[in-house]
Amino acid sequence: MKSARMEAGMKMQGMRMRTFLAQGIAVCVLLAPGAGAMGQNAAQTAPPAKTATKTPAQAQPWTKIAIPPLHDFKPEQPKRIELANGLVIFLQEDHELPFIDGSVRIRGGSREEPAGKVGLVSMYGAAWRTSGSAAKSGDELDAELAVKAASIETGGELAYTSVEWGSFQQDFDSVFGEAVDLLLHPAFKAEKLAMAQREMATGIARRNDDPGDIAERESAKLVYGAESPYARQAEYATVNAVTLDDLKAWHDRGVVPNNMIVSVVGDFDPAAMEAKLRNAFEPLARGAAMETAKIDIPAPKQGVYFVDKEDVDQSNVQIVGIGTERSNPDYYALSVMNEVFSGGFGSRVFQYVRTKLGLAYDVGGSYGADYDHPGVFRSEAGTKSATTVAATQAVLEEIGRLKTKPPTPEELKKAKDDVMNSFIFRYDTPEKTLNEQVTLAFYGYPPDFLEKYRDGIARVTAADVTRVANKYIDVSKLAILVVGNKTQINPPLTALGKVTELDITIPPPPAGAGQ
Amino acid sequence: MGRDAAKLAALKKNFEDAQAAAQTFVAPNQFAELAEENGAVGLNASTEEDSTQYFWSMPSNRLELWAYMESGRIAHPVAREFYKERDVVQEERRMRTDSNPIGAMVEQFLAAAYTAHPYRVPTVGWESEISQVNATEAAAFHAKYYVPANIVVAVVGDVKAADAMPMLTKYFGAIPAGPKPEPMATVEPVQFAEKSVVIRETTQPFYLEGYHKPDYRDPDDSVYDAITDIFSNGRTSRLYKALVRDQKIAADAEGFSGFPGEKFPGLFAFYGEPVPGHTPDEMREAIHKEIERLKTSDVTDQELAMFKTRARASLLRGLADNQGLAAQLAEYQTRYGDWRELFRKLDEIDRVSKTDVRRVANKIFVESNRTSARIEFTPPAQAAGQDAGGAK
Repeated sequence: MKSARMEAGMKMQGMRMRTFLAQGIAVCVLLAPGAGAMGQNAAQTAPPAKTATKTPAQAQPWTKIAIPPLHDFKPEQPKRIELANGLVIFLQEDHELPFIDGSVRIRGGSREEPAGKVGLVSMYGAAWRTSGSAAKSGDELDAELAVKAASIETGGELAYTSVEWGSFQQDFDSVFGEAVDLLLHPAFKAEKLAMAQREMATGIARRNDDPGDIAERESAKLVYGAESPYARQAEYATVNAVTLDDLKAWHDRGVVPNNMIVSVVGDFDPAAMEAKLRNAFEPLARGAAMETAKIDIPAPKQGVYFVDKEDVDQSNVQIVGIGTERSNPDYYALSVMNEVFSGGFGSRVFQYVRTKLGLAYDVGGSYGADYDHPGVFRSEAGTKSATTVAATQAVLEEIGRLKTKPPTPEELKKAKDDVMNSFIFRYDTPEKTLNEQVTLAFYGYPPDFLEKYRDGIARVTAADVTRVANKYIDVSKLAILVVGNKTQINPPLTALGKVTELDITIPPPPAGAGQ
Repeated sequence: MGRDAAKLAALKKNFEDAQAAAQTFVAPNQFAELAEENGAVGLNASTEEDSTQYFWSMPSNRLELWAYMESGRIAHPVAREFYKERDVVQEERRMRTDSNPIGAMVEQFLAAAYTAHPYRVPTVGWESEISQVNATEAAAFHAKYYVPANIVVAVVGDVKAADAMPMLTKYFGAIPAGPKPEPMATVEPVQFAEKSVVIRETTQPFYLEGYHKPDYRDPDDSVYDAITDIFSNGRTSRLYKALVRDQKIAADAEGFSGFPGEKFPGLFAFYGEPVPGHTPDEMREAIHKEIERLKTSDVTDQELAMFKTRARASLLRGLADNQGLAAQLAEYQTRYGDWRELFRKLDEIDRVSKTDVRRVANKIFVESNRTSARIEFTPPAQAAGQDAGGAK
């Protein structure tokens, strides 16, 4: 549980992940045919070696390696049970290891919290568990669970809150009992709310230390609007405004059975487990289901935005706009477009900005798709101050080419192969299969969405990709955000257009707040 | 004295032409592309102080393709576009170190803690070294260290050893043999005075300290794991209870063993992240109080029992993750010459006693063995000059 901040710092020393992309395997003629993207890059710097791009198959020994068919693999789907009071249960057996893990997901999250109390759901998630239940304080629970190497945790997210637990199989009854007690009889305590508030305040005080954090936060505000529940941030004032009564009220509103999905995975007998869960949850009376907030998505902000950070020597460049939802019939074609544009090492933006131009270590993007609201279409690059404009222009060029340069047959095949051949990793553990079903049920998607996705991807044509690129991509509607050191950025950002400087000064706590 | 502009231009043109010609022999990223088309996920590599690792997952019907590709890039690497990749590494340094306050602090901390041993050098390298290393030097490093005698390969998943072993032998057996590189000769001299680093900048405060400890072969290796667990594991841990819950001065505080590495004597490190209004000095004082308690009184039976149960649970839970398990098996085989040590470690953990914990704490947690680093928040110069009260 090292903090993200410490983790990031240690990573630079202790665990330096990186990719060795320039290294290739030693095949004397590595000039690949079937490499439209590569051919295109080479063509820009030098006349392409025509003969080489027609390399005969024997120059690619890997094509001779037999790839046997993958044996039939049908993951066992979880059992779904719906109680009369509306509570939905998913059970997934997994007898490989002697553990049982479970979770309760409760509709309603930070996007539903009031604007004047941003941070409420996050602090609710923290203080719920640390406060404990009426029968057992959080500190007592900590000690009891630690001896069993078990856990019960609560949390608050954008769209839901949750209770999750896990233990050795033989400790299930006692740990599940405590988890249910915490769910039904919490005892929110002032000192634990204060602790959650201190933690929030620490995050607020430190939020401008790391340029990557600033870039992510400010770019989301450009996409959704600064006050949007999808982008807004907690301030000292909104954190201090949250009271114990707010936590209790939130809890009473959310914890009704028709608002919850319970899922359990692990080493259990399904009939016995079903009986235990029915016994725990059937007595609950149906209540008013939490309404999902209606959130307007404004027209995207355009223009060039800048945050000055004088203690860095690199610019974080974000180019952002509105993405899509997974329920969009164009989702499959957009997924393939996304793969061509930014899906990994062979993608256009990576090949161009990192490999060809060497302008960034960290370059990438995604045409984001969320379940029940539009995601963010984001392209980003980290580049030395002096090449800020060049890197930004390079990414913009590549975005523009999505419309003018349809995927070649090779690009299309590669994009689809990437998705199809790695598909198995989406359900290679029972836990993943279970979580997929919980998420689909939570957002009201059909249970066979993943299978449909695979079929949908298989049907996408180059014409589809071009059509969606023209329908959804509009470079003039994107916002450009640069977090960097103004004195080092040369040529200046004005080369990209009129620059609006953003003030990220942290509003101080209200007087007398005692922070 | 002087520059012949025409000559320089001609040379530049020649150089660019040569680059363009070289480019025609390059198919960038083809290795990674081939892997991705075949369903690779988690394709990456890591360079650490103690070892480098190359790892990815493939659908099980691609085992042979993986063996061909992975053994090929070890046996016959070609550093295409080396100098472009070098630029990319410089960007990585700017991102992780130069533009990251904690990254920069950690780099200074290790440079201060170590006088002689290479643990003082950041894995990404110093700026002037990244900008000067050449392809020949990189190839020499590869040739020296990437020899079969120095490599462990681990495969975990839906494969049968009887099928996989002949395949692995065929491909990885073809890597040219070479002598095992000579062991590290440098031994870090015993520290005899506390060292400290103070960074004053417009960045939120932080405190970090470390004590030299032995390497992973030390008979007390598991005792350090016990101290890590008792000081840092969750809300029952001592540092959480003292600094976060009761004294309310930190948002996060931990102590952990083996930083930045374990193969050679590393550090036992502690850090504290102050909540607004509190200082690195308070972190230091509170951490020292907890260390003193560890030195002067026994840990409880319950603390020790928690450590042992959690160690077992954590090992078992790790078995569910193929890639994580492969990494662990390779690591234990590399260190101990036997992957089974991963499981034997539990016996060693079971033998840790209260006396061990106190003895080890008294041995290493002493002032003369300490290095500390802190960030002291300092308002920007202008703001301080104009209106000291307005700075945040």
